[in-house]
Amino acid sequence: MTRTRTLLLALLLAAVAFVAIVHRRSPPRGAQGSLAPDFTLQTLDGAPLRLSDYHGKVVLLDFWATWCAPCREEIPRFVDWQRRYGAQGLQVIGVSMDDSAGPVQKFNREFGINYPVALGNQEVASRYGGILGLPVNIVIGRDGRIVSKHLGMANLSQLEQELAVQLSTAPAH
Amino acid sequence: MIIFRVRQRPSWILCCIALIAWAPVLHAQASASNTQAQPQLIMPEDLVKVLKSAGTKPLILNIGPWLLFVQAHIPGAEFIGQGSDPQALQRLRDRVQKLPHNSYIVLYCGCCPWAHCPNVNPAYAELRRLGFTNVKVLYVADNLGTDWVYKGYPAVSGQ
Repeated sequence: MTRTRTLLLALLLAAVAFVAIVHRRSPPRGAQGSLAPDFTLQTLDGAPLRLSDYHGKVVLLDFWATWCAPCREEIPRFVDWQRRYGAQGLQVIGVSMDDSAGPVQKFNREFGINYPVALGNQEVASRYGGILGLPVNIVIGRDGRIVSKHLGMANLSQLEQELAVQLSTAPAH
Repeated sequence: MIIFRVRQRPSWILCCIALIAWAPVLHAQASASNTQAQPQLIMPEDLVKVLKSAGTKPLILNIGPWLLFVQAHIPGAEFIGQGSDPQALQRLRDRVQKLPHNSYIVLYCGCCPWAHCPNVNPAYAELRRLGFTNVKVLYVADNLGTDWVYKGYPAVSGQ
């Protein structure tokens, strides 16, 4: 009887330890190393924009807004990168945190945006751990995992190098 | 030498006349810059102390974007809208219309780095223009996440 109790206790402890380890190893949603949470939004043209459609590509997910000065500084570079690295598998995706589409459409025309842009919402923001300031740039690898997350104005040279490293990896099958 | 001095005199006189003529313009420019005075700041840690104290609480007005407000805001804060938006400034005027001019008001945004925030200065200037004398702006160096929420300061989500 005592032996059975000891065995049960050991099994229980082992189960608790296993759960604790698994829990510790899985990063929180939207964190580096975790699978990028999927979402579906509408582009400004009304077309669906689903993140998982870009699996196998290196995605630069840019949370931005028209009124955000650092975002306005970054975006011309993103347009340039999309043009230069698009063929290698880069996909820039813009998620605007503006409150309405009007200013975003005007901005897109002015800046010649050459990648899909959708209006964000609270749900998508919370899936990425909250977007509590702009810009936020997230690099997603070809395997759909978050490589890095840049809060605030990114170091664009460093970001470009990161993308280059990701683009050099073989496309996922 | 004497001729030189005499010849120089008219130009000095002209300079003096020009300065006198420009004085009202310079005075007006100085007055305008006073109305756009730098905001009186309150640091995040000091606002936390105020919120936790038993003393009088300020009226906290959020003058940032809606999508950021609904994700996280300071408990008790009221949403006004972006200070850079004329409609939001009208809401701000409506909100404070019946308040005494010595009311303690704290404005905050936190949308982006302090130097780039488009909302703080217009909202602060508007309250000053209306005659409010006890207005402070929460100093958010980078954004509300980094400088408030991730530090564990009180925050709530929703409307």
